Amino acid sequence: MSEKKARKETVSRQAMPEQAPEIRRRNFAEVPTGYTAETAVIEAGRCLQCKKPSCVEGCPVNVDIPGFIARIAEGDFKGAIRNLWTRNSLPAVCGRVCPQEIQCEGQCVLNKKGAPVAIGNLERFAADWARENNTGELPPRKASTGKKIAVVGSGPSGLTVAGDLIVKGHEVTVMEAFHKPGGVLVYGIPEFRLPKAIVAHEVDFLERLGVHVACNMVVGRTVTVDELFQEGYDAVYVGVGAGLPRFMNIPGENLIGILSANEYLTRANLMKAYKFPEVDTPIPMGKNVVVLGAGNVAMDAARTAMRLGADSVKIVYRRSRDEMPARTAEIHHAEEEGIEFFLLTNPVQYLGNDQGRLTGMECLKMELGEPDDSGRRRPVPISGSNFEMACDLVIVAVGSGANPLLTQSTEDMTLNRWGYIAADPETGKTTKRGVWAGGDIVTGAATVILAMGAGRKAADSIHEYLTWGW
Amino acid sequence: MFEIVKREEMAGGTVILNEIAAPLIARKAKPGQFVIIKANEEGERIPLTMADTDPDKGTITIIYMVVGKSTALFKTLNVGDGYQDVIGPLGKATHLEKQGTVVCVGGGTGIAVLHPITRALKEIGNRVIGIIGARNRDLLILEDKMRSASNELHVCTDDGSYGRPGFVTEALKEILEKEDVRQVVAIGPVPMMKFVSGITAEYNVPTLVSLNPIMVDGTGMCGGCRVTVGGETRFACVDGPEFDGHKVDYDELMKRLQAYSEDERRCYNDFCRMEQ
Ligand SMILES: Cc1cc2nc3c(=O)[nH]c(=O)nc-3n(C[C@H](O)[C@H](O)[C@H](O)COP(=O)(O)OP(=O)(O)OC[C@H]3O[C@@H](n4cnc5c(N)ncnc54)[C@H](O)[C@@H]3O)c2cc1C
Ligand SMILES: Cc1cc2nc3c(=O)[nH]c(=O)nc-3n(C[C@H](O)[C@H](O)[C@H](O)COP(=O)(O)OP(=O)(O)OC[C@H]3O[C@@H](n4cnc5c(N)ncnc54)[C@H](O)[C@@H]3O)c2cc1C
Ligand code: SF4
Ligand code: SF4
Ligand code: FES
Ligand SMILES: [Mg+2]
Repeated sequence: MSEKKARKETVSRQAMPEQAPEIRRRNFAEVPTGYTAETAVIEAGRCLQCKKPSCVEGCPVNVDIPGFIARIAEGDFKGAIRNLWTRNSLPAVCGRVCPQEIQCEGQCVLNKKGAPVAIGNLERFAADWARENNTGELPPRKASTGKKIAVVGSGPSGLTVAGDLIVKGHEVTVMEAFHKPGGVLVYGIPEFRLPKAIVAHEVDFLERLGVHVACNMVVGRTVTVDELFQEGYDAVYVGVGAGLPRFMNIPGENLIGILSANEYLTRANLMKAYKFPEVDTPIPMGKNVVVLGAGNVAMDAARTAMRLGADSVKIVYRRSRDEMPARTAEIHHAEEEGIEFFLLTNPVQYLGNDQGRLTGMECLKMELGEPDDSGRRRPVPISGSNFEMACDLVIVAVGSGANPLLTQSTEDMTLNRWGYIAADPETGKTTKRGVWAGGDIVTGAATVILAMGAGRKAADSIHEYLTWGW
Repeated sequence: MFEIVKREEMAGGTVILNEIAAPLIARKAKPGQFVIIKANEEGERIPLTMADTDPDKGTITIIYMVVGKSTALFKTLNVGDGYQDVIGPLGKATHLEKQGTVVCVGGGTGIAVLHPITRALKEIGNRVIGIIGARNRDLLILEDKMRSASNELHVCTDDGSYGRPGFVTEALKEILEKEDVRQVVAIGPVPMMKFVSGITAEYNVPTLVSLNPIMVDGTGMCGGCRVTVGGETRFACVDGPEFDGHKVDYDELMKRLQAYSEDERRCYNDFCRMEQ
């Protein structure tokens, strides 16, 4: 081992300062408060600047990780953010929400000893630094091409396409069904994990570049994709996400007090119902809350319920801890905040009173059997293990599907058997001429960075089409 | 902003009409479809059916009853003011067909929703019998419009202060007894739709109702608007709002409409106190 490497390894991974669990579990302010410049420089100094950086392969958009980290280590924060922007247009978001442990940090050589470079924290630091020291600087924009692009959906994939194409000189309009842009970043992911001001800042940046953001446009209803072409758009990108909520389909599901995570989180985040009655949208204040599922969505719902004043919040999941799909950091945060985990447990029916309100849930205990198609051991019910769990609010976070609103109204666009849009993985081209698609509406519910990666590929392909033809 | 270009008070100020500039929606809307309206930054997303549209002028008309905080807030808006957000057209359009004699039954503000459907049914050649009802004469709306939209109109008031005394269901029963009715469209309070459907089931007459569960997005992404129809869960905002009246679980819908009633009352009282 070289001397330099040995010295670096004596510095331990810099912890991210956080609000204490007993305080943050009752407020909506962001949990990790961010590195100081000193900490960031120390942490950046831990990077070995590998010649063949394995971390970069772990990042779906191949951020030049040693490159931006070297800038931070030198104290050149402006250089760091410029480097990041070349691969990733939303670093403030990705630094906060990427599942780093299975992506960049999971592949870092220092992960062998369990203490990878805190790539996500550093990415967040650089982006926050740029926002807080706003220079108002805009990337250069190419001369106008006279081409018009409609981007449907303002989630991370749509915003990426818009940002990439506007600088290439095209005219871009983003159409969003909701009254606010940002997709899951505004209606799904809570304030305490991703402050809405950050998303608003990114959208504002695009608007200053010249992107036109049109909210309240439900494409398929207010206007159809075919009509967009009639109105003179040259290309359409569809990034409408996977917003169709899935339910359990068990008896009693329509009792009052059973909400999809989409509804619960939309009320809490987009509608700011946590401020009711200061704002007009109500939200059920559960005392004994159960969240079904164990992904990021479930953790977000559970932690929101705790912040809204629940006495108890339980995650009920039919598999075991190893299979929980949420980011490790969020599972950890949830546990610290007092959320209980009922693993290998599956609901079989909901129980209610004569006013149609939820009073409890009957569950079965499960055990792990043989591996299933996904390679994970299949949970099998233990017969006779039924038990009741009292609850007055259940949030169903067991996945989502493709919303057919747009696709049903669009002819000659092929869907796969689950209703997602069939698109070329390399270009994002759909089977309909002039239409691209990407993000969750193609892959099914995935991650922010994958949605952005798909947007980038599609933007390149759209630019090529507008320059050279289909 | 979506500007209010015309405003009228009806039923002694308990029902308000707004004509709103919303050209994109006006161009596409069909009878039976609704919009979601949000007044301001802190506002709630409120679904309201379009009572009329004028594609040339680029306006839509809504008629709403003041029942709580959001509708009371809407009532304070005058011509020249506007709504921050108007989203639509949402929901499926009414399936219109020439069938012969059709009865359109409306109660309360349901009459506003029923009117464009009645007019369209007549335009395509049906013989339309209208039946409208209200608790009393002062609360009755759109009588003139319904009269010109239908071939024959029956007006009922619960207290007998105007028209025929009694509920719309009684008038309906008489018509079903003597006429060959091919379809009934019933729009109004949930109990009214439930009773109408009960009667038409006896006479085996297909019945269309328009459901009004609590909604958030109106685009199928939250599932808050779920209703049980024919034993299956449907999302009223995208699968409806109109459904086969004989298959709807009205009792479940009535309960679900109470989900937030305590909070809503508190919010409304706060607002009324502040307005004073
Ligand atoms: C609660 C929650 C937590 C998550 N946490 C994480 C995390 O920690 N890390 C991570 O990487 N990923 C996370 N994800 C997943 C990630 O957010 C998504 O994979 C990503 O947002 C997908 O981006 P998208 O651009 O494809 O679609 P979306 O973000 O879903 O955006 C689609 C947009 O299109 C709009 N739209 C839909 N239909 C229409 C229409 N017909 N017309 C116009 N607009 C329309 C929608 O309103 C929405 O704004 C989370 C998801 C949720 C729900
Ligand atoms: C598709 C559809 C079309 C409608 N069309 C009309 C119409 O043309 N004219 C009209 O007067 N009313 C209509 N309504 C009902 C109208 O949306 C409610 O009266 C309104 O939301 C009440 O809001 P509030 O804040 O004033 O009252 P609140 O005091 O908050 O609520 C009063 C009652 O209204 C219902 N309600 C509350 N919030 C919602 C919501 N977000 N969505 C639906 N219902 C809610 C609940 O049952 C509640 O108990 C329609 C509803 C739907 C779903
Ligand atoms: S974009 Fe995500 S995966 Fe890539 S380096 Fe940044 S945090 Fe890691
Ligand atoms: S693998 Fe780890 S140590 Fe190596 S360059 Fe990447 S972040 Fe630095
Ligand atoms: S209102 Fe959300 S799915 Fe119907
Ligand atoms: Mg209300």
